[in-house]
Amino acid sequence: MAGGVVQFVFAVTFVMALGCSIAMLFAPNAVHVALFLVGAQIALAVAFLLEGAQFDAIMQIIVYAGAIMVLFLFVIMLLGVDRREALVEPLRFQRSLAAGLGLLLAAALVYVGYRSVNLVVGGAGSGAIEAINRSPGNTQGIARVLFGTYELPFEATSVLLVVAIVGVMVLARRISGAQAREAARAEQEAAGREEEAA
Amino acid sequence: MTWAFVVIAIAKTIAAFVLLLGVTILLVWFERKVIADMQARIGPNRWGPFGLLQTLADGIKLFFKEGLRPRPADPWTFAIAPVAAMVPSLLAFAVVPFGHEVTIAGHRIFWTLTDLNIGILYFLAMGSLGVYGIVLAGWASGSKYPLLGGVRSSAQMISYEIALGLSIVPVIIASGSLSTVSIVAQQGGSIANVNAFNGIPVLETIAHWFRFLPNWYIWSQWPAFILFMIAGVAETNRAPFDLPEAESELIAGYHTEYSGIRFALFFLGEYVHMVVISAIGVTLWFGGWHGPVFWHGWGDWLWPFVWFMVKVTIFLYTFVWLRATLPRLRYDRLMWLGWKRLLPAALTWIVVTAVVNTPDIPRYYRFGVFGILFLMVIAWIGRGDPRLREAVVPQRHLGPRPITTSRGLDS
Repeated sequence: MAGGVVQFVFAVTFVMALGCSIAMLFAPNAVHVALFLVGAQIALAVAFLLEGAQFDAIMQIIVYAGAIMVLFLFVIMLLGVDRREALVEPLRFQRSLAAGLGLLLAAALVYVGYRSVNLVVGGAGSGAIEAINRSPGNTQGIARVLFGTYELPFEATSVLLVVAIVGVMVLARRISGAQAREAARAEQEAAGREEEAA
Repeated sequence: MTWAFVVIAIAKTIAAFVLLLGVTILLVWFERKVIADMQARIGPNRWGPFGLLQTLADGIKLFFKEGLRPRPADPWTFAIAPVAAMVPSLLAFAVVPFGHEVTIAGHRIFWTLTDLNIGILYFLAMGSLGVYGIVLAGWASGSKYPLLGGVRSSAQMISYEIALGLSIVPVIIASGSLSTVSIVAQQGGSIANVNAFNGIPVLETIAHWFRFLPNWYIWSQWPAFILFMIAGVAETNRAPFDLPEAESELIAGYHTEYSGIRFALFFLGEYVHMVVISAIGVTLWFGGWHGPVFWHGWGDWLWPFVWFMVKVTIFLYTFVWLRATLPRLRYDRLMWLGWKRLLPAALTWIVVTAVVNTPDIPRYYRFGVFGILFLMVIAWIGRGDPRLREAVVPQRHLGPRPITTSRGLDS
């Protein structure tokens, strides 16, 4: 009986994740897009839970559904970007490049799935999660792998995120350096005139 | 897995659901009565003894009211939002141990829906999903006051969720477990056995004098509890942090456009959230269902449940008390408090707890010393801040002040 229930729930999460992802691509409204993405993430979290990866499941909800998507919604609401805009491509080769890289990623995922390569413990398939869960537990096992075996890639990823944030701050600045200098000069001149007038 | 397991699981789910809704409905009455008492009024007294049935009457009234939907509203999101506000709070109760265990027909039944090994994280995850109901309600109403309320509340809940999560971390460090059931189990016995105080001459003696006190985490983790309480009140959008629904400026905030049963869901969701936050506070800091058993024999299984309910009721009274006492915070001060006070304080206390719980540290440096250090850091963070002085020293002028200054918003 237990196996049947698990398979049924897994099928439901599969349909939900796929349906939400496809609906996300075709939804015209930015808020609806965000909501479908949340639905897909929750479905993935349930799938993680069924596989025995409890910590991953909860992190999927806390980080993605709970923090990042709420931030997305916040920005959408605050800036009102749920109108039609941004249909002009600022980068010319973006689409073809994205399609190519997407295909590459899909191929890699298919390969990993087909060969059931395990990236964490080296075991195959579901044996890997069992190896992590066996002792002393899922959370501790993940911590051991993350801060032990894979500490350097893990820290490198966090550095990458910091670099990305700095990049965004540079790109999002309203005025360029030359404009800022010009504005400062104009301000100084105005101050000089005021002094003369005084 | 046998059928008995399935039957027990379903029965427990229904029992927990009924318990939560029952407490919530009583809480609405309780709040009105307590606030009325504090304001020298009588409060609801018409339906049932002491007006107990007033909430039911209100519920029936709301159920039969017409549910309006403004024309510019987004129909689906408008319908989903109240459900999204209520369901995560209900789900979060699944990891709360509201009693110990009872044996029925040879089956040991634990008084908690499920003992997840990530129980506390599950509670935080449900809390983070609770934002959606309010954000979506604000956006979907297609009207400006709800939108402003929604934007405010999403900013507030994101900010205070961080403080809430970080205030729980020290207890997890001290207990070494994420499971609510095992955290409660650790808090049994007398304070004389508290690990944190062992080997420190003065504290050990004091703990021995007070050995009638229970071994709760509140003794060693009180700073974390204070942070949890502040963040918890903000997380439930209750006064003094009820900015998302500030009547004087935003009408009713995110639920301005809601009526009938959909409004009732929002209303109920907020109260369920209060009960769940209280239950988690009791679980982590006040020993959950632990309490003295005055007589053995008949009703042994009931004592833990009774003690749990008593503690939760005291928590809920505090929520109501705060609402009756404190004025609402201004928005920029709310953000200032969350990011520049609660967050550094929580991080500092995490470091202190981590240091203290390292096995190699001499035991002299346990909580007394580190508690003083903690207070010193707080004082240092708040030194010379005009707003902190304003909060402590009564203001000389009560005339109009600018609502926002560049310093008020940016710094």
